[in-house]
Amino acid sequence: MIGIIDYGMGNLYSVSKALERLNYEYFISEDTTELKKAKGYILPGVGAFKDAMDQLHKTGLARFIQEEAANGKPLLGICLGMQLLFEESDENGLTKGLGLLKGRVERIPGVTNTGETYKVPHMGWNSLTFHHSSPLLEGVDNGHVYFVHSYYVNTSDQDAVLATSSYDVQVPAVVGRNNVFGTQFHPEKSSSLGMSMLQNYANFVEERG
Amino acid sequence: MITKRIIPCLDVKEGRVVKGVQFVELRDAGDPVELAKFYDEEGADELVFLDISASHEGRKTMVHVVEEVASQLAIPFTVGGGINSLADMKRILRAGADKVSLNTAAVLNPELITEGADFFGTQCMVVAIDAKYDEELGSWRVYTHGGRQATEWEVIAWAKEAVKRGAGEILLTSMDRDGEKSGFDVPLTKAVSEAVTVPVIASGGAGNGQHFVDAYIEGKADAALAASIFHYKETSVKEIKNDIRKQGVEVR
Repeated sequence: MIGIIDYGMGNLYSVSKALERLNYEYFISEDTTELKKAKGYILPGVGAFKDAMDQLHKTGLARFIQEEAANGKPLLGICLGMQLLFEESDENGLTKGLGLLKGRVERIPGVTNTGETYKVPHMGWNSLTFHHSSPLLEGVDNGHVYFVHSYYVNTSDQDAVLATSSYDVQVPAVVGRNNVFGTQFHPEKSSSLGMSMLQNYANFVEERG
Repeated sequence: MITKRIIPCLDVKEGRVVKGVQFVELRDAGDPVELAKFYDEEGADELVFLDISASHEGRKTMVHVVEEVASQLAIPFTVGGGINSLADMKRILRAGADKVSLNTAAVLNPELITEGADFFGTQCMVVAIDAKYDEELGSWRVYTHGGRQATEWEVIAWAKEAVKRGAGEILLTSMDRDGEKSGFDVPLTKAVSEAVTVPVIASGGAGNGQHFVDAYIEGKADAALAASIFHYKETSVKEIKNDIRKQGVEVR
């Protein structure tokens, strides 16, 4: 069973609907005692990094997530939820993240090296380039996934970058190390490709959780 | 590379799609969920549902439609029509929609855009603009109430204002081209797309693949929306995609 972590930010409904489509059991909770019963977690999220971290600290969920991740419990962050896994973000001033993965969250520049401007947010369907194998990517074909975000992860830890998409900058699209995973895009909105990744995560939770 | 999106639009009245009557091969021609699934399988990148219910009961029914669609579809969808308050937005987004679209309500009460953006994030907030060319103004004018009422707003100024207030996307409909099938209004689309930093969806006038190409390349639109050409089976999302792929436009 997956526990969807509710910290008052963002759209929990589309993630839960996706798990329903997969017929995988889940519950939504903000309560650490309750959440602890889950075999693995999903950390969703839309909105601002700082607000999200404030909420996670206020509710005690930040420490809970860090402890559970250190104990080897599977964790999947989606969109902002993925960005929160990293060390820090410069959205609205520097804010410390959960620090489970190495890297920094920065704004997509919106201007190319040659001075051409482009739209931010990065919104829509973009193709994935795979770099490393992972339980999350098992049997997942090449294709497009659905992104909506204005910030991206800048990391030197290339081993943790499992797949990227190109939007002027190289956007880490799937990240993962041991039991901690993240997708910058919305797998629950990325048609069959996204659903197969969620299925892989559910399988991983069953095996490892 | 990011692809250009094709978005079919479904008009829903009292829980039934009203333009979809010609989908003869579908068992339930007017069922929004069936149609949504059909478009998903055809390769639609996103869907827009426009609630044109006249009654309170009809609006309540829409929430059930949204729940049904969300439980069966894994592509993003937007719901517009009759959303006048934060409470309305909550109802629709909690039912599983990814974005809400505001039109008249945003013009009458621009603060509503900010309220929604603060609560749900700008990516949830689409501002729909109905635009009509105005000789006197020498530019396009914003219309509300389903195109029946002219406002004081010039389109580009309003688009900028909407984005400043938290719109994450602009759905731009040309009233001059709507239903004409003579192509999107490229100058209008280009003007707005160049004026704002968020994605612009061109709407009104889609007739064939070339029209989409023009909206994307010349008009700099990020997405294009169409209703009747898809509903009446004059073409399909798949056909349009094959068509524009040949012309070098990247699609999913």
